[in-house]
Amino acid sequence: MKELMLKVEKLSVVLDGEEIIKDLSFEVKEGDIITILGPNGAGKTVLLKTLLGIFPYQGKIQWNPKARIGYVPQRLPFIKDFPMSVEEFFELKGISRRDAARLLNSVGLKTGISRKCIGELSSGQFQRVLVAWALAKDPNVLLFDEPTTGIDIKGEETIYSLLARINKEKNLTMLLVTHDLSVVYKFSNYVICLNKCPLCKGRPREVLNPKVLEKLYGEEVKFYTHHKH
Amino acid sequence: MLLLSLIVGASIGCAAGYIGTLMLSRRMSLVAGPLGHLALPGIALALLYGFDISAGSFPFIILGMVFIWLFELRTKLPPEALTAIVFASGMSIAFLLLPIEQAEAALIGDITRVGFLDATFSVLLSLFVIALTKMIYKKIALISISEDLARCERIDVRRYSLIYLLNIAIIVALGVKVVGGLLTAALVAIPAATSRNLSKSLVEYSILGCLFGFLSPIIGILLSQSTNLPAGPLTILVSTSFFVLSSIFKR
Repeated sequence: MKELMLKVEKLSVVLDGEEIIKDLSFEVKEGDIITILGPNGAGKTVLLKTLLGIFPYQGKIQWNPKARIGYVPQRLPFIKDFPMSVEEFFELKGISRRDAARLLNSVGLKTGISRKCIGELSSGQFQRVLVAWALAKDPNVLLFDEPTTGIDIKGEETIYSLLARINKEKNLTMLLVTHDLSVVYKFSNYVICLNKCPLCKGRPREVLNPKVLEKLYGEEVKFYTHHKH
Repeated sequence: MLLLSLIVGASIGCAAGYIGTLMLSRRMSLVAGPLGHLALPGIALALLYGFDISAGSFPFIILGMVFIWLFELRTKLPPEALTAIVFASGMSIAFLLLPIEQAEAALIGDITRVGFLDATFSVLLSLFVIALTKMIYKKIALISISEDLARCERIDVRRYSLIYLLNIAIIVALGVKVVGGLLTAALVAIPAATSRNLSKSLVEYSILGCLFGFLSPIIGILLSQSTNLPAGPLTILVSTSFFVLSSIFKR
């Protein structure tokens, strides 16, 4: 039987007097890939950060004591304030040069990149660096905020196949925030639709239907049809 | 006397340049400005009653930090607005206490009058700031890049920020000796900006920040000897010249 990694019960988050998340409950089992789907401003990032213990909340968040969490943020706009090589970025986390090189290789980056300045990386390379950084210290849970941001269609597929590979190789549990439906269908075995209130949760093919999506995103998605792969 | 002021200027400059490389990030650059101005009433009191101006400014800087922090928490106003308020109030209080004709040392510093005991104390404190900054450097860099990532690494953000702010307060209090209350922000910011232009890595960045911080007061004080102009503004202008050169030769 797969072990329970995370149990969330009746979670509510209020920030600056505004209710961002209301009455959310779900469970995550070892090796699951969970997507959190919703429009902008739906509270997806807030949910991840609450799970990380950054925001105060009401309700219950119970991590398995064995859970070691790696976090890949959506953007790091302030990183350009520092002239910094890739390996120095890993040193901030106490990771040696050799380990950094190994991690960078494991996400498909060439060894030479560790000496490069962070500011010189393409957005695709930078995202892989962030994934490698999150994978340092051997986490068994990865929280990933909008993996596609700033990457072209071609790059997008590779970052997801990379995630799928890591999920298989390391039996890594993943929670991905996204607003991209194809990601939900292709990569996850469980989806949570969130627009402040939880609108649906379950296996993507079972719970996602035009009605739910319309409720989630409003009128535009009405014309969306899903082709089976 | 000249040798003493050179040593004091160089060591304070070096420490300021070093910690400045941490402060040049978007979130911190605004803090350095008002802190120097906050020191002004303290300097004024010190000049009036004849005690050390760094010792006079330190409590005012700490008090000012607490005020800025409380205002930001309470009003959610942009830091620029708070800076303007703090700047103006610091100046006003200073001029109420100190007649304007006596205010020169408060505003632009007077490093040439430093005594032996004072010098020893300043050098030791500068070394202390450098050591402490080195200890927290990586943690503060990570916190500046992303507090969320830092929290995930179980870094005690509050504790490190407090040590960091205390460090800044000490260096600003020391800095008023070299360049006065009006110009301390420049002592911290310009060497770091110069270094940023020339650096490709964090190691280069911090070492060069320290180096330009070290050189500027030395050249500034020497120039002041030969020209009879005040050393504080000259130090800053030397620093600015390095910055201009670095912008031309930017890597």
